Amino acid sequence: METLEQIKKRIEAAVPGAKIDIVNNGSPSAQHSLKIDNEHARDVARFLRDDPALRFDFCSNVTGVDWLDRVIKKTVKTKQVVDGVEKDVDLTSEEKIPGYLEAVYHLFSIAHKHGPVIIRMQTGRANAQLSSLTPIWRSAELQEREIFDLYGIKFEGHPDLRRILMWDEFEDFPMRKDYRPPDDFEWEPTPHDDVLERAKQHYPARPTETELKPS
Amino acid sequence: MSATSSQELEQAPPRMSSRLEGELMEVSLGPQHPSTHGVFRMNVALEGEIVRKLKPVFGYLHRNHEQIGESAGYLQAMPYTDRLDYFCSMTNNWAYALSVEKLAGIEVPERAEYLRIILAELTRLQNHTSLLGFLLSDMGAWGTPLMYAFREREKILDLFESLSGARMMCDYMRFGGCRVDANDDWIAGAKKIVDLFPKFLDEFEDLILQNEIVIARTQHVGKLSPELAISAGITGPMLRASGVNYDIRKIDKYGFYPRFKFRVPLGDHGDTYDRLMMRALEMRESLSILQQAFAQIQPGPVMNPKVKIRAFKPPVGEAYGRIEAPKGELGFYLISDGSANPYRYRVRPPSFINLTILEDMCLGHTVADVMVILGSIDIVMGEVDR
Amino acid sequence: MIGAGIAKGMAVTLRNFVGSYLEEDRLTTVQYPEERNPLPENYRNFPILIFDGNDPHAGLRCVACKICEKECPPQCIYITKSEDKKPDYMGKPQFYPAVFDIDISVCMSCQICVEVCPFEAIKMDKEFELSKRERFNALLERKEQLAKSNEYYHHIHPVEAAQVDKNLAEAAAAAEAKKKAAAAATTAKASSVGDAVSVPGKPAASPTAQSLGSTSSPGVSPPAAN
Repeated sequence: METLEQIKKRIEAAVPGAKIDIVNNGSPSAQHSLKIDNEHARDVARFLRDDPALRFDFCSNVTGVDWLDRVIKKTVKTKQVVDGVEKDVDLTSEEKIPGYLEAVYHLFSIAHKHGPVIIRMQTGRANAQLSSLTPIWRSAELQEREIFDLYGIKFEGHPDLRRILMWDEFEDFPMRKDYRPPDDFEWEPTPHDDVLERAKQHYPARPTETELKPS
Repeated sequence: MSATSSQELEQAPPRMSSRLEGELMEVSLGPQHPSTHGVFRMNVALEGEIVRKLKPVFGYLHRNHEQIGESAGYLQAMPYTDRLDYFCSMTNNWAYALSVEKLAGIEVPERAEYLRIILAELTRLQNHTSLLGFLLSDMGAWGTPLMYAFREREKILDLFESLSGARMMCDYMRFGGCRVDANDDWIAGAKKIVDLFPKFLDEFEDLILQNEIVIARTQHVGKLSPELAISAGITGPMLRASGVNYDIRKIDKYGFYPRFKFRVPLGDHGDTYDRLMMRALEMRESLSILQQAFAQIQPGPVMNPKVKIRAFKPPVGEAYGRIEAPKGELGFYLISDGSANPYRYRVRPPSFINLTILEDMCLGHTVADVMVILGSIDIVMGEVDR
Repeated sequence: MIGAGIAKGMAVTLRNFVGSYLEEDRLTTVQYPEERNPLPENYRNFPILIFDGNDPHAGLRCVACKICEKECPPQCIYITKSEDKKPDYMGKPQFYPAVFDIDISVCMSCQICVEVCPFEAIKMDKEFELSKRERFNALLERKEQLAKSNEYYHHIHPVEAAQVDKNLAEAAAAAEAKKKAAAAATTAKASSVGDAVSVPGKPAASPTAQSLGSTSSPGVSPPAAN
């Protein structure tokens, strides 16, 4: 299989205007990924699927990732002259990355039996919207519905975008990192749990065994 | 699938009603139905007995498994993976352990790899056996084949119980190996069951394969073309029944599978009969792998001593690991931010994604065939709804 | 010929029907309450706490370190550490759990608490007939119900318990030897006693193995027959 750099160059030649970035993965798995932009996503995907050398005809895994606002601290060692003496000084710079939602696609090729190539698309957390790749790979149909359900990314061009696992009337997006579950839990028999303290506000006290017995 | 059909059904109120809508009658199949293999519901629009539209409805067993995985630590998520596909907890354990091992770069000792292969193939045997029983049960062979299948499955579950302590919720594998070692008695017992298994398979094939009713109910029912199967991400025996040669054991060469000689059975027509046969043929290959594994396995450690059990923290990064589970490609996608919990824990459930083309396969068939087609997909709701 | 396949299948059914009277591997069921299949050695159900000797309070191995509470996947263990110390079975003063509850409606029998316990204090029970008349409070197992003697542990897991006792005895012997060596060397400092002695097969050191007080160790001797 071609390297990611080669694939990136080929995509940029084939899809004019496409912005492709290689996202490095520091873990021992070394599965690096390609970040593609939303406007050209479907063209890039079609190229990846139809190019005779690549032929990524099998989109295995589609998933969302929620990244909250992050602050990345970078420490750079520089030499500075302080009071006429050269010293090593650590300069810390803080980079603030606003939160975003991400859709990650794992592509394999059944024709050439290679893979994976991972592509990812990013969108803001408010009014999240991405173009759907279901027209390219049918396997994204249910999985994009799941992302819509759990992360709240709207997929433009999806044939049937509805909630899938949660019920239709549900309003929040439970897989987002800032999701807080409601506290109307069912009564648990554990008297230690602080969950129970909150649940007690929703449920009346349960009658004890002696109260239940007919006198 | 056509986009219009889905929109039309979408406009129907989402309540359990069977009402006449032109010439189509809307029927809600499930969620409490013995043939839906759990709490699975399909909204079907029928013209007479012919299915014109079908919309699966998910989520009755949804417990947000992925969020549980993210709030629990790496080790703590392992027993939860047993509950995904509760028929095949051993392969679920392996897929999760494989992903974490990829993420953290952990080596697995040789004996542990052999034990994993033995357990995964035993899982495949019991999963396919019970599937054949369930499928015949769906077709109306009420009880008898299922009881024969469960009798054999129970012998394999007894093996799991004596090794891991539980029949179904095994929680057996750990990152960098397996929890406990199998002693010689266990290996001998497993070998005895594997030796006797072909006898049962012969008998089971006698029971069903030439049966005229089975043939009439399954051949040319629920055809799936290889192009659609690839595009829809179908994996496992369903994909191979459509004639696509794609077995992750051969492609990814994970574990010690390259050391084993086995063939990948392929179907010609992609109909329900092929999918049924595919399971029977795969079991024969699994038996061959098991015999080779019993011959090759050597004593040794089963756990990598460098791996910490408590406070396990993999390096920052991500990994996607997948194995050929009995139902298809089971993958785990993990993102680590260096803490004790995975930042993102994603399961790629094979039986969920295999349901993508349920409507395509069922259109034009009778409502009785829907159950047979659904049974041949081999779903487990614990994995579909997660 | 149509019907031949069905006839063949019926022959299999007949063979199984007749065979269930004659062959053992075709009749695998037992009449449950009267007849029982033996449980395998590794079978696990719900956790129990092991105590040495005869007194559940005095002999309890648990020192309320709360590791199992932290590592439990569904968070079903609740421990309150005692304020005072009691001597453990080797005489060393240790904390003990004032409250040790396991909510068995939440427990999923995963055995992770057993794996992480450095004191061999929590083990898995084999008792599976647990139905009770009471609906809620009986689901919460208190320390009194959880505490089981070492003899009981030997009864349900003979191989594993023998290994555990061997490990504990080795650790105690190692601690004893170290103590004697320290006593022999007159320059012994108090700090050397506090060093951890690694228990074979366990990553973490077991403070119970550090011998400070009495030399007799009732917990590691073979249990007396009741």
